[in-house]
Amino acid sequence: MNGATLFDTQFALQIMPALLRAAVYTVGITIAGFALALVGGLVLALLRRSRSRLLSWPATGVIEFVRSTPLLIQLYFLFYVMPEFGLTLSALAAGTLGIALHYACYVAEVVRAGLNAVPRGQWEAASALSMSPWDVYRNIVLPQAIRPIVPALGNYLVAMFKDTPVLSAITVVELMLQAKNIGSQSFRYVEPITLAGLFFLIISIFVSLLVRKLEARLRLP
Amino acid sequence: MPHSNINASSIKSAVIGDPILRLRGVSKRYDKLTVLDNLDMDIEANEKVAIIGPSGSGKSTLLRVLMMLEEIDDGVIELDGEPLTHMSVNGALVPASASHRSKGRRNIGMVFQNFNLFPHMTALQNVAQAPNKVLGLSQQEANKRASELLDMVGLSDKLAHFPSQLSGGQQQRVAIARALAMRPRVMLFDEVTSALDPELCGEVLNVIRRLGSEHQLTMLMVTHQMGFAREFADRVCFFSEGKIVEQGTPEALFGAPAHERTQAFLRAVTEAI
Repeated sequence: MNGATLFDTQFALQIMPALLRAAVYTVGITIAGFALALVGGLVLALLRRSRSRLLSWPATGVIEFVRSTPLLIQLYFLFYVMPEFGLTLSALAAGTLGIALHYACYVAEVVRAGLNAVPRGQWEAASALSMSPWDVYRNIVLPQAIRPIVPALGNYLVAMFKDTPVLSAITVVELMLQAKNIGSQSFRYVEPITLAGLFFLIISIFVSLLVRKLEARLRLP
Repeated sequence: MPHSNINASSIKSAVIGDPILRLRGVSKRYDKLTVLDNLDMDIEANEKVAIIGPSGSGKSTLLRVLMMLEEIDDGVIELDGEPLTHMSVNGALVPASASHRSKGRRNIGMVFQNFNLFPHMTALQNVAQAPNKVLGLSQQEANKRASELLDMVGLSDKLAHFPSQLSGGQQQRVAIARALAMRPRVMLFDEVTSALDPELCGEVLNVIRRLGSEHQLTMLMVTHQMGFAREFADRVCFFSEGKIVEQGTPEALFGAPAHERTQAFLRAVTEAI
């Protein structure tokens, strides 16, 4: 090993498997977290739009609370404080759940804007055809609400992906923590941190391209 | 009029000659504004009724409460002698359940001023959607019914077109086919040509004309097309301030309007042309 080179390719290759293993966690957390965030965001948006205050006020409270506090504090609460109340989660579960809930509240606001943008006439036309509220949402309103918000949802997906290193604070060994660990063990930070950064860059660009493809596919004539 | 005072046994079952739609004391208010004012109205089966009047007179609201897009504040609407928005439980009338409302609603179809087609669906999907989802027809049956209806409105070559690829007149014809696909007995037309360029009105009115002559349909039409109302309707109702001020055959109402407000309205309308 030549200590004088700035970037040691051989060392980089040597640490690659460990970093890739951690990267699998990062991607997995993002996919699972975003799936949960989409479902949770949709539910929160529907609750917040509900005519019943019993439903809309708690939903509004959760959304505003979560959006007004840092992700890090929410994760600490889930992982370190909730066990005091009898809810003990693994670091991975707490981390995934925490980041999902955090982004669910952002997704909820985007979905709500999308739902609000669907003209009232669409509801009326569907009601006049005797469609059930469930059918109206599923077949008429949601397909129209989702299209214009796909770019915004894509942004949140990438933002969430880049936020996963926050989970290292509650000991989830994702890519960034792995890179840091390698650095502190070998006293070489350039290679692991560079590789981690490159990995984030490549995946983010790839996801952005996918989102743009999806946008184009959903576009109506 | 409190609903609980109406005895359900006094409601006659539908017999021939009974109106298909009967409104008694129907009122609709927005805050202090009264849009429908204690309205009584009977509509016979297969009758073609044109509703005219100044804007804000409650014409469109009448169609919207019949379609149950708005709740009424007072009164009863009966379809075939059955209350539409209420049902009888132990002799008393209570607000109807969702399934009761949905059943009544299926007898009524509506065409809107702004078409309100589903923009993410083709013409065929627009028409086939409700028969498939609501009536439970298979996708194949629903598509067959949809393409027959689109053929009837002269759009057999546009099945795969999206609404944005159709002209206003074509969109409105799809909307008519979509409403007909539920096989309603009453069709409500809410200013269906108002959003159209004048040269496109004819194709829509022709479809409505054909519907009237070839099908057993009760039709209520809010319209500003006095010529069409005159030619098409069995009865013309002039609305003002939430009430029917005057009604009669087209010949009587257009030829010799009795009421001052009707005269003023008709004068203003003819001057505008």
